[in-house]
Amino acid sequence: MKKALLTASAIAFALAASAGYASARDTIQIAGSSTVLPFASIVAEEFGNAFPDFKAPVVGSGGTGGGLKQFCEGVGENTIDIANASRAIKKEEIATCNANGVNKILEVQFGFDGIVFATSANQGDFALQPIHVFKAIAAQVPVDGKLVANPYKRWNEIDPSLPDQEINVAIPGSNHGTREVFQEKVIAAGCKAAGLPEMEKEAMEKVCTTFRQDVVVEISGDYTETLARLQANPATVGVFGLSFYDQNKDSLKVATVAGVTPSLETVASGEYPVSRPLFFYVKGEHIGTIPGLAEYTEFFLSDQMAGQGGTLEGTGLIPSPDATRAQVLEAFKAGKAVGTN
Amino acid sequence: MATTDTLRPMGHSEPKDERLARIQKSLRRRRSAETRFRIYGMSAVAIACGFVLFLFASIMHDGLPAFWQPALQVKVTFSPDVVKVAPKPEKAPGQSPAEFQRANLDWQREVTMVNWNRVIQDAVQAAAPDVELAPRDVQAVVSPNQRFKLRDMFVENPGLLGQTVDVSLLASANVDVWLKNNIDHTLGDDRQQLSAAARQLVDRLYENGTIKMVFSTVLFTNADSRGASAEAGLLGAFIGSLYMMIIVIVLAVPIGVASAIYLEEYAPRNKLTDLIEVNINNLAAVPSIVFGLLGAAVFINYFRLPLSAPLAGGLVLTLMTLPTIIIATRNSLKAVSPSIRQAALGLGASKTQMVFHHVLPITYPGIMTATIIGVAQALGETAPLLLIGMNAFVATVPTTPLDQATALPVQIFLWEGNENRNFFEPRTAAAIIILLVVMLLLNAVAIYLRSRFERRQ
Repeated sequence: MKKALLTASAIAFALAASAGYASARDTIQIAGSSTVLPFASIVAEEFGNAFPDFKAPVVGSGGTGGGLKQFCEGVGENTIDIANASRAIKKEEIATCNANGVNKILEVQFGFDGIVFATSANQGDFALQPIHVFKAIAAQVPVDGKLVANPYKRWNEIDPSLPDQEINVAIPGSNHGTREVFQEKVIAAGCKAAGLPEMEKEAMEKVCTTFRQDVVVEISGDYTETLARLQANPATVGVFGLSFYDQNKDSLKVATVAGVTPSLETVASGEYPVSRPLFFYVKGEHIGTIPGLAEYTEFFLSDQMAGQGGTLEGTGLIPSPDATRAQVLEAFKAGKAVGTN
Repeated sequence: MATTDTLRPMGHSEPKDERLARIQKSLRRRRSAETRFRIYGMSAVAIACGFVLFLFASIMHDGLPAFWQPALQVKVTFSPDVVKVAPKPEKAPGQSPAEFQRANLDWQREVTMVNWNRVIQDAVQAAAPDVELAPRDVQAVVSPNQRFKLRDMFVENPGLLGQTVDVSLLASANVDVWLKNNIDHTLGDDRQQLSAAARQLVDRLYENGTIKMVFSTVLFTNADSRGASAEAGLLGAFIGSLYMMIIVIVLAVPIGVASAIYLEEYAPRNKLTDLIEVNINNLAAVPSIVFGLLGAAVFINYFRLPLSAPLAGGLVLTLMTLPTIIIATRNSLKAVSPSIRQAALGLGASKTQMVFHHVLPITYPGIMTATIIGVAQALGETAPLLLIGMNAFVATVPTTPLDQATALPVQIFLWEGNENRNFFEPRTAAAIIILLVVMLLLNAVAIYLRSRFERRQ
């Protein structure tokens, strides 16, 4: 026992000593959007395979907001190098970053993703318009020119073309970039189409962004959580990324929006209205300190990864045109930071 | 009769048989109360066992098939027409080791650039000679990272050039789902994961015996994978957990036992030690996520340990395990009979001799049990690890406790969230089975050690 204790303390000491040596991180650390996560993970894995001299980057989740929060915590080995985002960085986030000494925020836009509404596969067909979604989930809706508490209980009360089904919607929580796009592209459009009575801008904004809590479930986890919701209560309409829907077509049925069925083609052509660009943000201060950061970004944007017919397209990414990607890469190489001009 | 009368002070005029009937009635009541209680107890045990059985049965039912996965047994030809690379560099005389290393790396990169998909395509085509296969369908059937398997074979043995060898190529995750009927075969083309042509190819290869179900060794030898789900394994997470367990044992046991001995045997009883005792008891009840927050603030932000490293995870779990070990050790010290202490002191042993030679050895089984229970608890802990970045995708197996890693329960959590539900649901259950087996082994070791130490006395 004595001997064991001695060895134990010796190992403990060695461990403590090695902690001091921790100061040279050689693996890229990534966190952020769960929509970008599958793409980033695949690139990370391929990167490790293709470049024997670098380690495969480590990719965490946490949502766009969570990732950017970690990203902006400061500069140094114990902060992440790249934040994945399914929306552009906000002004306030840039301000936090700058306040913590992160000034070289390099934006990389690498493709698009569609946002789809889907139900369980055995449910009725939905042909949605933004106004339908707004009327389903807003706390207050205009009826005969006056704002009233939302009276709708079933989808066919909103529009007779919709299925006779109870209204239940699972939307992404506010930590997700998807939420922002959903609000901007669907709810704002629906709110406008609903024709609110005359009111001040701020009040109008509030009506447009306040949802009723009894039928709306906010999902802060990832899309599998939304899918679990749909399985628990089949009468739920869930909001998903197109790439997630692509992998689960056997259990999900997708709704058309404004008459367009979401697919790689309709999103790429811009026909399908609810799509958003996908980004990742690289910490310029870490380039040169953390090995492989620039190479990873170049590899991500290469034809074989994010290009047309590349690996990521096979898993549901909608590639940007070649010229756009070339521009993005050029700006990255030139070190053009966000928020400095 | 007289005794019964004295026992019943109130009864004087009650007839004998009436009294007997009353006694019997009360007896019956008491006995049936006892029977009822036994039934309650037994049904409680039965319900608990039922739940456990149901849980095990459903996990086994889901998870066991995932230990086997389809692989294509094909003949791969390393044709010089496709594998166009320079010969492997030999160490030239006068070449420095660094130069040779560089040349070797360059050569490996060249080998990586070979069109391995073409090699696989030709091999699969040879297994189904009478149909024209589209490259896309073959790529959908064979797991994407198998091309690196061929590359590694070639790097290992460049003499393979121009030869044909038998190779087992893992099939993709979607093939696994299709062959195991985890997707409805009657669904239309637009809702299937594989294209119609690929499905036909799979069925054909399965019928002619090219695709066989093989034991899934990748589950134990690979780290996690996203690009090639069929090759996702648990080794990375297992090593991560192992490092953390070593750190917990190395740090928590000495510190925990030492503080327990001091508090129990040496410390004076005063307000301060009472306060410490109350705090230790409270710490044991603190939710583990709080330790995660503490770990993120102290180890990551203040001591600047790397994110996602088992070292930071192990330290957090050490904090979590300490109170368990201290409390259990103190309890076993308390249980040592005072006669042993008095006898040792009476024979002139010093206090330290008394504690270390006579009291402590008796408590080894207790300390051992406490340690293993604490370690098992730490092994299954997920929440605090999420806060120090251990819920990340890590494609490599960690080599030191400072490398990024995940842990077994976190890997289960991550697989549960994977978007390819049809494939990862069984895979997750398989991972749960492995975690449970590790836990059972730990407990078995605990029982073995305890009985061994107990026998010694």
